[in-house]
Amino acid sequence: MYLRAKSHWIKTKNKMTGMKILIVDDEPNILMSLEFLMKKEGHKVFIARDGAEAFDIIEANIPDIVLLDIMMPKVDGYQVCEFIKKHDSYKHAKVVFMSAKSKEADMAKGLELGASLYVPKPFSTRDLMAKVNGLIRDISGAAA
Amino acid sequence: MNSFWLIFWSVSYLLVLFFVANWAEQRSAKGRSLVSNSYVYALSLAVYCTAWTFYGSVGRAAESGVDFIAVFIGPTITMPLWWVIFRKIIRICQVQRITNIADFVSARYGKSQALGVIATILCVVGTIPYISIQLKAISSGFSILTTANDAGNSLWLDKAFYISIVLTIFTILFGARKLDANERHEGMVAAIAFESLFKLFAFLAVGVFVTFIVFDGFDDIFQQASKVIDLHQIFTIKEQKTSDWFWYCFLASLAIMFLPRQFQVTVVENVNENHLRKALWIFPLYLLVINIFVVPIALGGKILLGTAVKADQFVLSIPLHFNEKALAFVAYLGGFAASTSMIIVECTALTVMLTNNLVMPWLVSRTDFQRRFGGDMGQVVITLRRLFIVLLMAGSYLYYKNVSDKYSLVSVGMVSFAAVAQFAPVVLGGIFWKRGSLVGAVGGLLVGGGVWFYTLIIPSMVSAGYMSPDMLSKGPWGMDLLRPESLLGVTGLDNISHGTFWSLLLNLLFYVGGSLLSQPTALEHNQAVLFVDVFKYSKTYESAVAWKGKALVTDIKSLLTIFFGKSHTEETLQLYAKQNKLDLNTRYADSQVVNYAEKMLGGAIGAASARILVSSVAKEEQISVEEVIDILKTSQELKTLNEELTRKSEELEQLTQQLKQANELLQIADIQKDDFLSTVTHEIRTPLTSIRALSEIVHDNPDMEEDQRSHFVNTITKESERLTRLINQVLALERFETGKQELDIDEFLMEDIIEESLEALDQLAKEKNIKIEVTYEGIYGPIRADRDRLIQVIINLVSNAIKFCPADTGKIQINTLQTEASLSFSISDNGQGIDNKYQELIFEKFYQTRDQSVRKPKGSGLGLAICKKIIELHQGTIQVESELGKGSVFTCEIPLDKN
Repeated sequence: MYLRAKSHWIKTKNKMTGMKILIVDDEPNILMSLEFLMKKEGHKVFIARDGAEAFDIIEANIPDIVLLDIMMPKVDGYQVCEFIKKHDSYKHAKVVFMSAKSKEADMAKGLELGASLYVPKPFSTRDLMAKVNGLIRDISGAAA
Repeated sequence: MNSFWLIFWSVSYLLVLFFVANWAEQRSAKGRSLVSNSYVYALSLAVYCTAWTFYGSVGRAAESGVDFIAVFIGPTITMPLWWVIFRKIIRICQVQRITNIADFVSARYGKSQALGVIATILCVVGTIPYISIQLKAISSGFSILTTANDAGNSLWLDKAFYISIVLTIFTILFGARKLDANERHEGMVAAIAFESLFKLFAFLAVGVFVTFIVFDGFDDIFQQASKVIDLHQIFTIKEQKTSDWFWYCFLASLAIMFLPRQFQVTVVENVNENHLRKALWIFPLYLLVINIFVVPIALGGKILLGTAVKADQFVLSIPLHFNEKALAFVAYLGGFAASTSMIIVECTALTVMLTNNLVMPWLVSRTDFQRRFGGDMGQVVITLRRLFIVLLMAGSYLYYKNVSDKYSLVSVGMVSFAAVAQFAPVVLGGIFWKRGSLVGAVGGLLVGGGVWFYTLIIPSMVSAGYMSPDMLSKGPWGMDLLRPESLLGVTGLDNISHGTFWSLLLNLLFYVGGSLLSQPTALEHNQAVLFVDVFKYSKTYESAVAWKGKALVTDIKSLLTIFFGKSHTEETLQLYAKQNKLDLNTRYADSQVVNYAEKMLGGAIGAASARILVSSVAKEEQISVEEVIDILKTSQELKTLNEELTRKSEELEQLTQQLKQANELLQIADIQKDDFLSTVTHEIRTPLTSIRALSEIVHDNPDMEEDQRSHFVNTITKESERLTRLINQVLALERFETGKQELDIDEFLMEDIIEESLEALDQLAKEKNIKIEVTYEGIYGPIRADRDRLIQVIINLVSNAIKFCPADTGKIQINTLQTEASLSFSISDNGQGIDNKYQELIFEKFYQTRDQSVRKPKGSGLGLAICKKIIELHQGTIQVESELGKGSVFTCEIPLDKN
């Protein structure tokens, strides 16, 4: 019994890393910083520079968490979120909106679309990491 | 009696009369007027008693008893009304300077000339028979006394003819000697009063003689008479005659007011209203006295003379019967006096009517009248009057010869009464009923006069042989209902009553109906008020003037002088001015003076003519002009107000429109501002995000790889610059927008600034391995512009080109062309090009619409917007030509000659 719990704990502990995280933003510098942060935690990072790229990556890799910018050309963040939440295959993914648009209406819209979190830019990296870890715990908890 | 002597004495009598008149006038000139005596006034009213009274009453009494007295009862009964009616009429005539009844009705109903003419004709036609019976009376009296027959009908042998001539002369002497504004004939009044006394005396003399000398008093006469005739018959009024009696009384009460001679003596010659009071009892007393002996004389005549002599002549015949030549002569003179007083007064009154209403209006309306008649218009009027007297007498003579010879005095007299009775509705209505209008008056008089003529004159013409008897027996064109003596089958009335009934009924009907159905003019209404409310207005009459016109004093004076002569005019005007404290030395006459002048003239030539003349010298303003002007003013004000209101509401609408537009623009601007702000916010936050995140990462990870770390730090720097740049751009744009940006003009060569710009971008170009070529065309020389700003533009455009150019194969061409007038340069690249829909947008700040699909290509930022502002500040233009995939050409052109 103790052995099974221990391996379970190890399994769980291991689950704090190794998430599949998709970062979508049209600003390369932001991508760069976010990529660094996630990679440091040991997650698998995918990046997309616009919504269209994002669709492909989501389909191919089914991420666990998606960090989503809103203001992007051609396809914006809302549309990506809708896309995710529509499909059974990926709707489990946790969406985190990150945007300079910080009006209440914008935030409400994001959450309504099914996002788990809305983080205004500029953000604090520490704050962001804490929030992402929280999401991971939810995922792990759910999985277990 | 020798006819010569009779004539002599007749003429002498007239001369005496004339002297009395003269004496009276001289006294009045000295200020001791005889006529200002109420007894004289009351006696003058007795001109009512003419030959009819003197001879006719006896004749009537002998024939049909007491009914002769109707003619005297009537006035006596209605006497109490006199105070009300006559006083008002007298006041009106004084105030309005009315001198005859035709003028009265004309003035009342809007100063109508037409009505004056109708009234005049009615009076003349109605009165001529009456005058003719006076001639008849004189002539038959003359015949009786001279016991000669009327020798044939030859004109030259007819005594009546000569009598007429004599009377004409004396009438002229009495009534048409000078022109008086008041038409007062003081001498004539005195003469008439004298005559009244004389005829009374004469009649009483005969009466006394018959009653007390021939017989033994009243009882004796009645006793003796009852043996000869049925007294009962005499003293009762037959059943069928009750209504006749009524009509006779009625007619007499009207005649006492409206006979031209009565109007003259009662109203026109009145100098003091209070005299009327005395007259109210003196006159009936006179009537009573003169009638006391009528029945005795009639009865006596019947007893003594039977049917051998016409009853009309009893008054003369009885004394002659007893050979009392002196008494007969006195009686004759009495009758003569009665007749002549009637003729003189009547003709005077009629001639004034004729001149004033028939001739003068026509005469003065002729534009050449003043020229033709020169300065002495007065003389013309007098001459006219004399002419008319002659005509009247001639007419009366002819009527006498052809018609009235066959009738009794009374019946002819009654026909005249019926004629003037037609004035009753018009005059009485005129002074008591404001609604009475011209249309009604004309209708009433015409219809009444017409019916009178038809029912009373035509029968006499039939009996005189001028018309077929069928007219009476069968009616005109055989229409039984229109028989003159029984219209619509009404029988049982004698001729006079029937005629009176119908004429007055229809007269009244048309008067009232016409008045109610028509609309009086302003002038009519004004006159109506002035007449009906005369007691209210007579004091303030002078100020409630009809004229508000302007007339020169000299014009007014000359006008009056024409009629009254210089001295009389001067005198009268000065007196008036003094009494009313007016100044006559002004250029323009005070309107009161103009009014007074009109009244003066009106008195002499009639209201209608006076009006015409005065209006020719004064600029008339209509009567109720005050009211009219008030109404006009009010309506004008309302109109102006309305226009103003309309204008204001239009302005208001315009304003609202403008406000709406401005509001829309503001809303757009607001949205634009919102857009701009939100975009700027976004653009600021983006680099800030990188800066913060990277800074935190560098800080939190001291053992990150060196090149990664330096890369991050570099990025931080770059992003900071980016941020700074953005902020600067925004601020610069703000300055451009608000016009605070000023150009810093300097002189420099194009070469220099292009080289400088390219130096700054060298790194960037080299990174992408992009070739840049520059060509210079046109003249060589320095230009005046803002150096740094132009550099900013060039750098911006070239860096954009570099951004959009493909690496390695990218080529940028910079061409400049400089002329005297302008400088133009273009930057071409072979980059990806710009879609059509963006080509205008790229010069805007960020993006134009909220539609995100039309969003500007990223990276352009505010740069082009600023370039545009800079170029525009140089008074130049900037534009782009591009095709997707084929590159773009940005061209700038700025004028140089200004600088």
